[in-house]
Amino acid sequence: MIQIALQKNLIAANGDMLLDIDIKIKEGEFVTLYGDSGAGKTSILKMIAGLMPADNGLIKVRDKIWLDTKNNICLKTQQRRIGYVFQEYALFPNMTVKENLLFALEKGQDKQIITELIELIELGELKDRKPEMLSGGQKQRVALARALVRKPEILMLDEPLSALDHAMRSKLQDYILKVHKQLNLTTLLISHEMGEVLKMCDKVLVIEKGRITRYGNPIDVFTSKQVSGKFQFLGEIVEIEKEDIIYIVTVLIGANFVKIVADTSDIKTMKVGDKIVVASKAFNPLLQKIN
Amino acid sequence: MDWQPLLLTFKLALVTTLLLLIIAIPLAYWLAYTKSRFKPILETLVSMPLVLPPTVLGFYLLVTFSPSSVLGGWLNNYFGIQFIFSFHGLVLASIIYSLPFMVHPIQAGFANINTTMIEASYVLGKSKITTLFKILIPNIKPSLLTGVVLAFAHTIGEFGVVLMIGGNIPGKTKVASIAIYDEVEALNYDTANSYSLILFAITFSILLVVYIVNGGYLKRFWK
Repeated sequence: MIQIALQKNLIAANGDMLLDIDIKIKEGEFVTLYGDSGAGKTSILKMIAGLMPADNGLIKVRDKIWLDTKNNICLKTQQRRIGYVFQEYALFPNMTVKENLLFALEKGQDKQIITELIELIELGELKDRKPEMLSGGQKQRVALARALVRKPEILMLDEPLSALDHAMRSKLQDYILKVHKQLNLTTLLISHEMGEVLKMCDKVLVIEKGRITRYGNPIDVFTSKQVSGKFQFLGEIVEIEKEDIIYIVTVLIGANFVKIVADTSDIKTMKVGDKIVVASKAFNPLLQKIN
Repeated sequence: MDWQPLLLTFKLALVTTLLLLIIAIPLAYWLAYTKSRFKPILETLVSMPLVLPPTVLGFYLLVTFSPSSVLGGWLNNYFGIQFIFSFHGLVLASIIYSLPFMVHPIQAGFANINTTMIEASYVLGKSKITTLFKILIPNIKPSLLTGVVLAFAHTIGEFGVVLMIGGNIPGKTKVASIAIYDEVEALNYDTANSYSLILFAITFSILLVVYIVNGGYLKRFWK
């Protein structure tokens, strides 16, 4: 069990904001921190990593106390066993891919892990290249592998995929899921994207203005339970067009655009960019096996 | 022509540059990352030699280290070190005089390094010292080269501070710049011209090498 309670007064763009969270995470869980930029997500990860001091807080990982401001305990970043993947990769430009991984080894640690990770994350062909010779997706795979060398107790990913295109993102999501399961990690991911959250995680924490407003299974958190539909998809409104007396709403669901008819009363509360649920219940679905 | 002043000049520049490198890296590191209130004061002190007449610096060094002063007398009695009219004195004066030329480029190099790279190293369990030697220094090589060369070239060119604290003792403190002055005073224009030409050519070549290396011309050429 990992217990995280943190309080900090953050100076944000629109005035001061009190960040105040208290969560418990089970070992092996994949948890996403979801929320607008400036809600305090990165600050939470940085405080867990010890890169940013908390005003008050308690962080307990298994039986070990990382932070306890009441008793003046605060482990240094170096003493906390974490893996951290930054949005901007933060690879060391003076080292090759393999050297980047080797640098992460602890004193006396078996080098075998490097070979295993190179195989698991398929970096074999890239291992002698310098970071400047890699694409964004390749860089982020190296950063992921490097974060795993120390066998972290918590893997933290700060919007690791936001700079990548859709195909690359989907591939990297698979890598992250693969290492999460195979290495039995506890993972914290910051993400803006609902699709990513639904695909990746067991639990989602919705963070608004420094506070956790909802916590739980992503489907439950993102959809209201009043809908009794058998089919429901989460999407984002891309366009609203008026045609005669009705409206055509274009919705992006995953990578697909869907056009849906809506009437004036529906449209009143909706605008382009809103996240919506597309649900349907009045037909008979057919199941067919495909070979 | 006597080669001694030129050799002495390069010996002085070499010793000064090496010692400065050792002093400037920790100093520049501190200045680049500290949040201390005293940073502006230290920054001012480091930059002072840029604007202060070298004779002012030389004068105060002379007063501080003269054998009749408290510090100078103590150093002389207990350690037998004399900073006045000696090579040690020239090195000390040159270190102070060329300090900003070494510290500023290195400090700028540190400040330009992306902080997430430093955080990434800490997260991997590496200490500040390991991060400094394995990550920071290898990634600021152009700044180090600039600092080394500027400090070296600047030490070659100093005159006032050397004259004040070192005087004009052949083989001990008579460096090339002073030898030129000496020869001109004695109306030996040919010798003065030889010294001057050599200094001109050497400083030009040194600076040219820096601009070529840091400008990436070498890499382009090799590819």
